[in-house]
Amino acid sequence: MSQSQSQSDLNHSESYPEGRRGFMAHVLAAAIGGFVGLVPFASGLAFFLDPLIRKRKGGSGDGFVKLPITVEALEINGEPQLVKIIMDKVDAWNTYRNQPVGAVYLRRVASDKVIVFNQRCPHLGCAVDYKPAEKNYFCPCHTSAFGLDGVKQNDIPPRGLDELEVSIRNNTEVWVKFQNFRATTPDKIPVA
Amino acid sequence: MNALVNWIDDRTGLKKLMHEALYEHIPGGARWRYVWGSTLVYTFTIQVITGIFLATAYSPSTTTAWESVYHIQNHMQFGWLVRGLHHFSAQAMTVLLAIHLMQVVIDGAYKAPREVNFWLGLILMQIVLGLGLTGYLLPWDQKGYYATQVSTEIMGATPVVGPQLQQLAQGGPQYGHHTLTRFFAMHVMILPATLVAFLVLHIAVFRRHGITVPDPDRAPGVAFWPDQVLKDAVACLVVLATVLGLTYFKGAELSAPADPSEAFSAARPEWYFLFLFQFLRFEWVEHQGLAFGAIYLPGLLMLILTAMPIFGRWKLGHWFNIAFMMAMMVGIIGLTGLALKNDAKDPDFQAAVKQAHDDSERIKVLAERPDGIPLEGAVSLLRNDPLTQGPRLFARNCAPCHRYDGHDGTGREVAKIVTKDGVKVRELEQATATDLGKFGTQEWLKGVITDYAKTFAPLSNAGEKVKKHFVDDSEMADWSKSHAQHWRVGENEKSLDDLTAFLQAQGGRVSPKPNLDEAAVKRGREIFTSGKLAVGQIESKCTDCHSLKPRGEETVLGESGTAPTLTGYAGADWLRDFLKNPGHAQFYGENNAMPAFGDRLSEKELGLLVRWMVGDFE
Ligand code: FES
Repeated sequence: MSQSQSQSDLNHSESYPEGRRGFMAHVLAAAIGGFVGLVPFASGLAFFLDPLIRKRKGGSGDGFVKLPITVEALEINGEPQLVKIIMDKVDAWNTYRNQPVGAVYLRRVASDKVIVFNQRCPHLGCAVDYKPAEKNYFCPCHTSAFGLDGVKQNDIPPRGLDELEVSIRNNTEVWVKFQNFRATTPDKIPVA
Repeated sequence: MNALVNWIDDRTGLKKLMHEALYEHIPGGARWRYVWGSTLVYTFTIQVITGIFLATAYSPSTTTAWESVYHIQNHMQFGWLVRGLHHFSAQAMTVLLAIHLMQVVIDGAYKAPREVNFWLGLILMQIVLGLGLTGYLLPWDQKGYYATQVSTEIMGATPVVGPQLQQLAQGGPQYGHHTLTRFFAMHVMILPATLVAFLVLHIAVFRRHGITVPDPDRAPGVAFWPDQVLKDAVACLVVLATVLGLTYFKGAELSAPADPSEAFSAARPEWYFLFLFQFLRFEWVEHQGLAFGAIYLPGLLMLILTAMPIFGRWKLGHWFNIAFMMAMMVGIIGLTGLALKNDAKDPDFQAAVKQAHDDSERIKVLAERPDGIPLEGAVSLLRNDPLTQGPRLFARNCAPCHRYDGHDGTGREVAKIVTKDGVKVRELEQATATDLGKFGTQEWLKGVITDYAKTFAPLSNAGEKVKKHFVDDSEMADWSKSHAQHWRVGENEKSLDDLTAFLQAQGGRVSPKPNLDEAAVKRGREIFTSGKLAVGQIESKCTDCHSLKPRGEETVLGESGTAPTLTGYAGADWLRDFLKNPGHAQFYGENNAMPAFGDRLSEKELGLLVRWMVGDFE
């Protein structure tokens, strides 16, 4: 059996198992062969889709965080104040305590009313600057601009700045429900 | 559809390629004995697929490798399945490789003109073993860490360039981040790429010469598709079922995170290297030097394998090859069996395995606490855990004299191997101090009160002075003996419960949760001061000799006299002070025979030992 067979492969003339048995062999070979290949691939794919499938552990409490600033410290109708949001952050297997997870602009509009915007630009997620000279918010990435009330001033962003829920507690404490929202959409859709 | 196929075929030659792949000629018909090569390709395919997916979640560094594997295994969707498939397919591959090699030798498939393909196969075998070796380290658990240490040390024993080789593999003089990044790069890029290259050559050359058929006239020849494909597919299905079964019922192991400062006595290489491990343990091999057993001899075996096609030119050579192959297999299986047998009858190894298992279970509990895994890595969880460190500290520091429920704290017997009449036998070492397994619990207190002599009996082995003071002339022993009749009265059982409840409450043990209801403690306090039992009266009551300031009270009961004060007895503070200086007047005074651990153990170690002994851990 040392003779090479490869030349004769193309025009071989051996007998195929014909009829019913031959057909079954074709079907079974394809089915089993496909199955053994599919199992590892499907397992891997299901694993890869983990971020979509897995239920995240819900955070405790009502989702509000206390900001390190009091209502009194804010001037009524003054300049917006940029404040970092400090929260616990879960990253896969690690839990980071008290990490900056984002930032918000605060502006007091009445003695008992504070408006809070997420600093993330609704266009594509850059951090929005405040321009004191022009009294507006301006995004350095693709020049989105927003008024002090958060309304968009040009057609680049899909919507105005994302306003966050605020609650004033014990007369002076500012609590904010910190959320990020999907970029690019005209509607405010929270990122889970 | 046909037009599309033709269009593609016109540009790529796909039809011809498919035809060549599927219609290889098999003289003598499809047979089960031809499936082994295909199962090997299949297991490799599983490795590639699952490996790529695992790489999407694995993080190679000393503070994240174990952690990411833990996360894959325990938290990610189907992580256990993908990791299990990868883990057990690797082992299946080794087994199939051995079968494939044996078959090639027995069938003479290595002979002319297939010599080159045989050599390609041997290279593939080395690559597969290399993949196994590098993959074993990646989870960065104790098992992989210590087994791989051995491999890199062997590498370091290579003549002339050993130390340089070792440093290159490790990425430095010691294991660290770069050991993992280098092993990772080897495991997922360099070795697989090389394997694919050689596999393509191997299969191309195989196709060139065709299958080795022992009896071509057995049946009419067929094409590879579909008959042989069906048989191959069924064989792969069996392999898959085995691997899935192992994954489901056994699961890929992940031992405790690697800790270079924590000895791992359960260290063994992956089972298919056990034979080499056992071989290196023989004293006569050891005398020849490590390079002989671990490098020259395996090298010689490989050389003989390589030379097989040359021997095979002669009929006698072929028989030699088969005999050699068989002898090697018998040797490997025999050595593996011997290694397993030695381990099975070695109680220390069994205890080490149990401890390793306990650690791997314990780390799960610690990692699932709300704070999760700290940034400095999961290994710090075990290092700061009383339940993990306490027994080890006890074994090292206390077990030379004390016992813990009869063992050394970690579950090992305190024993030595002695030669008696030329035979090696294991002999239990005599304890010279009390068994502290129940120390501070009600059970312990009952023992001290009702049968002091028995509780302190081991002290008789500690020399005359200790024996005299703590056993023969001990006032407490006399007291225990002379009051023994009280405890034989059934009604007094409850009085004893109350008294010991009171005493245990002084220590403030955390666990086992004492069933101390306040009323019982209060009644116990009464008995402690008055000596009044349910039936009868303790003649010389506790406060006649001991003083005690009850927990949460300001008054001191009794007067400090000859006997040790019982304030906070067996509690964390008491125990720490005691361990630091047992010879302090408050404790044994000048009669003390126990070493002071104040300067032997650090504060941290003392804290861990004490917290373990009083049950203060989650
Ligand atoms: S991200 Fe702000 S303008 Fe594009």
